[in-house]
Amino acid sequence: MTNHWIDIKNADVVLIMGSNAAEHHPISFKWVLKAKDAGAKVIHIDPKFSRTSARSDMHVPLRSGTDIALLGGMVRHILEKEQFNREYVAQYTNASFIVGEGYGFKNGLFSGYDPGAKKYDQKKWGFASDQNGVPRRDVTLKDPRCVFQLMKKHYRRYTPQKVSAVTGVPVRDLLKVYEIYGATGAAGKAGTMMYALGWTQHTVGVQNIRLSTIVQLLLGNMGVAGGGINALRGEPNVQGSTDHCILWNSLPGYLPSPTSDQVSLEEYLKVNTPATREPKSVNWWSNKPKYVVSLLKAWMGDAATSENGFGYDFLPKADPGVDYSVIFLVDRMYKGQIKGGLVLGHNPAQSMPNSNKVRKALDKLDWLAVAEIHHSETSDFWRRPGVEPKKIQTEVFLLPSCQRGEKDGSITNSGRWLMWHGKGIEPMGQSRSMGWMTVEIFKRVRALYAKESGAFPDPVLKMDWPQDYDADAVARKINGGYTRDITVNGKTFKKGEQVQGFLFLRDDGSTASLNWLYAGSYGPAGNLGRRRDLAQTAMQARIGLFPNFSWAWPVNRRILYNRASVDPNGKPYNTAQPVIAWENDKWVGDVPDGPAPPMALPGGKYPFIMQTEGMGQLYGPGRVDGPFPEHYEPAETPLKAQPFSAQLSNPCLKTAQSDMDVLAKPGDPRFPFVLTTYGVAEQWCGGVDTRNAPLLLEAEPQLYVEMSPELAKMRGIGNGDPVVVESARGRVEAIAMVTVRITPFKVLGKTVHLVGMPFCFGWTTPGAGDATNRLSSSVCDPNVSIPEYKACLVDVRKAEKVTELFV
Amino acid sequence: MNISRRGFMKLAGTGAACLGLTDLGFDLDPARVVAADLKLEGAREVLSICHFCSCGCNVIMSIKDGKMVAAEGDPDFPVSEGALCAKGAAFQSMHYSEQRLQKPLYRAPGSENWEEKDWDFVLDRIARKIKDTRDRDFIAKNAKGLLVNRVESIFELGASQMDNEECALTHQMLTGLGVIHRDHQARV
Repeated sequence: MTNHWIDIKNADVVLIMGSNAAEHHPISFKWVLKAKDAGAKVIHIDPKFSRTSARSDMHVPLRSGTDIALLGGMVRHILEKEQFNREYVAQYTNASFIVGEGYGFKNGLFSGYDPGAKKYDQKKWGFASDQNGVPRRDVTLKDPRCVFQLMKKHYRRYTPQKVSAVTGVPVRDLLKVYEIYGATGAAGKAGTMMYALGWTQHTVGVQNIRLSTIVQLLLGNMGVAGGGINALRGEPNVQGSTDHCILWNSLPGYLPSPTSDQVSLEEYLKVNTPATREPKSVNWWSNKPKYVVSLLKAWMGDAATSENGFGYDFLPKADPGVDYSVIFLVDRMYKGQIKGGLVLGHNPAQSMPNSNKVRKALDKLDWLAVAEIHHSETSDFWRRPGVEPKKIQTEVFLLPSCQRGEKDGSITNSGRWLMWHGKGIEPMGQSRSMGWMTVEIFKRVRALYAKESGAFPDPVLKMDWPQDYDADAVARKINGGYTRDITVNGKTFKKGEQVQGFLFLRDDGSTASLNWLYAGSYGPAGNLGRRRDLAQTAMQARIGLFPNFSWAWPVNRRILYNRASVDPNGKPYNTAQPVIAWENDKWVGDVPDGPAPPMALPGGKYPFIMQTEGMGQLYGPGRVDGPFPEHYEPAETPLKAQPFSAQLSNPCLKTAQSDMDVLAKPGDPRFPFVLTTYGVAEQWCGGVDTRNAPLLLEAEPQLYVEMSPELAKMRGIGNGDPVVVESARGRVEAIAMVTVRITPFKVLGKTVHLVGMPFCFGWTTPGAGDATNRLSSSVCDPNVSIPEYKACLVDVRKAEKVTELFV
Repeated sequence: MNISRRGFMKLAGTGAACLGLTDLGFDLDPARVVAADLKLEGAREVLSICHFCSCGCNVIMSIKDGKMVAAEGDPDFPVSEGALCAKGAAFQSMHYSEQRLQKPLYRAPGSENWEEKDWDFVLDRIARKIKDTRDRDFIAKNAKGLLVNRVESIFELGASQMDNEECALTHQMLTGLGVIHRDHQARV
């Protein structure tokens, strides 16, 4: 979240799209309702009517996978009705930038497309620069090649009629949503966007989010109280685990993983450190070398020296253009190229798309170690229904994990609040924390290498690795400290002292930090994640900032991009709910995005400090599938053609190639219905934890498929009937839930039916049903390889006989 | 008087109980308050955090004789103001569930059963598997002759269930091993 949970109360309009916040983040809804009580309008746009819809002013059902069409229409409306914040757009976004001659858009494709490679040459989309290399600008926004005009032209095509024809949302509802949300473009008004996996899990997932940021930037909703782009993160510490980047393509703190063509640290830093000649841009990522070197020092201690590039050669390097993310990882496992692995608190056999393939892939492993609290569909894959254990040669280890209350450590919530939790009781039985397991496993691997040597033992042996797992010691190391006595600006720091914040990190090896984002969380003042102080100034209290409770990254800033909440002279756009304000030559309120004075004053800086040019990116040349989001159908679509262009699906979408990665054809008569998937309030993600909690299982005991009465009638299905749901990849049994919560859509003049299913039930809970994800496909977004769970094609029919369900 | 929201609620609760007695004559509230006091008397409070969604609702664990005798939402946590959802309310019971794994388990190739093993057995054997796989499949240079120092045949998946400190160590270990097939719930 750019903002945080409590801040939702400050919104004038709450747009919940791609999320069922009331059921999946129940406590968040407290703040939605507080906003509503204070007069805010709440709009829920989601295929299914849910408890979120029930508490909203409007529920707008849309066909799954058509968010860009709906939001593109919103952009058109905002521009045509001039609802945008002109000063904000001209001064704080790249609306005024002139785009180079290489950019073009025709027939649903941007310029530079290579159909063979299914890739764009993104260099075509660069800005036109002046002699200093700074993008040329026209702050009047009139130049036909400026971002603003190109954007206007791009979204002019998104007429309410066309949007309605694709999304299935009636024109009058669209216009109502556009009018209400667009009104937050007035200075002093704020609209927040709350989203979850309903936006991300699509082949256009990244562009869904991009388009929401475009709307928010146009309306001046970034940086203000009650605004922002608010991802309702799912898992308990998915924010922290993302920050620590257990991802093939990132090092901790969102630093890029090195690739094989970056042959030295110098080369890696050169390629990955952005530079700008724009004097008013902070260009925060220019500090990257300090963070990378401090990370390498924290990892490799004395073995990281300036002579050896701080151990850069020890890091594994990816080959450029190769994707090592989970869909491709599973594909290689399925093809026998992966031999063993660790699964730490994850249940891929249940929660990964196309799970029949995932399960077969696991059969190919020589060994597998799973750390879990309960048996899961992954740990017990070798005894799943329909397989003979004798034929599966995988050696499997199941490591009992302890629960949260049995260990201490920290998590980071969705609002980026780092919070410490204490150990209350001893772990049950022989269960242990995953931190303990990690320390022990690597210790033992190191001992083997010390004794026997082996393949390239250096990175194994030279890691600075603890003897015992001590969460407090690791938290200190995440913050970081000085590796030697050093004097900076006349101030001396001693070896072993904690660094005060990331401003103190250095690229010469004198500091070590496991994650620059968290530098400052555990400085000389101690572990700020433990803070419980509710004190705040009157200004902070007005927006519920709570700056002394726990600690938020970065530098305890509670609302990101808050320099955009004030005008160029530092005066808050919303004087009733200011986030920061420039008073008596200093900032008050939240921790500002950098201490520089407001933009219009001497020494002033642009507000979007993480962007190279300091501007919010209405035009985003960095995304691989286009600088403007464009509507494409899901990889599996009930349509044979779509009205925005001849390009049916994302031209860059990624997919694994195997005999099990089959897709239904567009408009495939065998699979006429759209399936979307979701969670339920009483179960959790893949469900293995909550299915083992009897009261929660009793509340939500069994897999069902929600369908409209019209569809049920058409298929001769009664409420409560066992049915079979089938896609091109799998077959799932479920109980029919015939409900008006789902309504048929009118799409391009024809009726399109949508069904919805939870994905939390698995075979280790007898009779509850088995993985819905056997139906979903593993086609991915090309930017981040997130699979398209939320839209695929299925058929539904009454079951003759069921084996997966107790009926 | 500097009083926390939690302290305030305790006071308010006592007040409400007294009112109930005098105004209504017959009321179970005082009995409930006494019963709760008995359960929590002498208990040590330790703060934890709900292990489901990323609201991160703070939970107060009451610990007595090494047992968690209660877990309740923390009224001083400004996000939840003491509330918990159905899942969060299961915090205590999930710690004591009989369905939890309590011993390391091992399944030999082709076996139809799990066997209980001790930690040393499973940890040593996993370490051996990692080393043998890494030694056999380690790739120092790619086809172009560029240094890559990685192993592709070992993977890691997970986890957003871990604490920050556990995540940091996991990433460090995977880097040391050269594991590049690493991913977690952030992508799904």
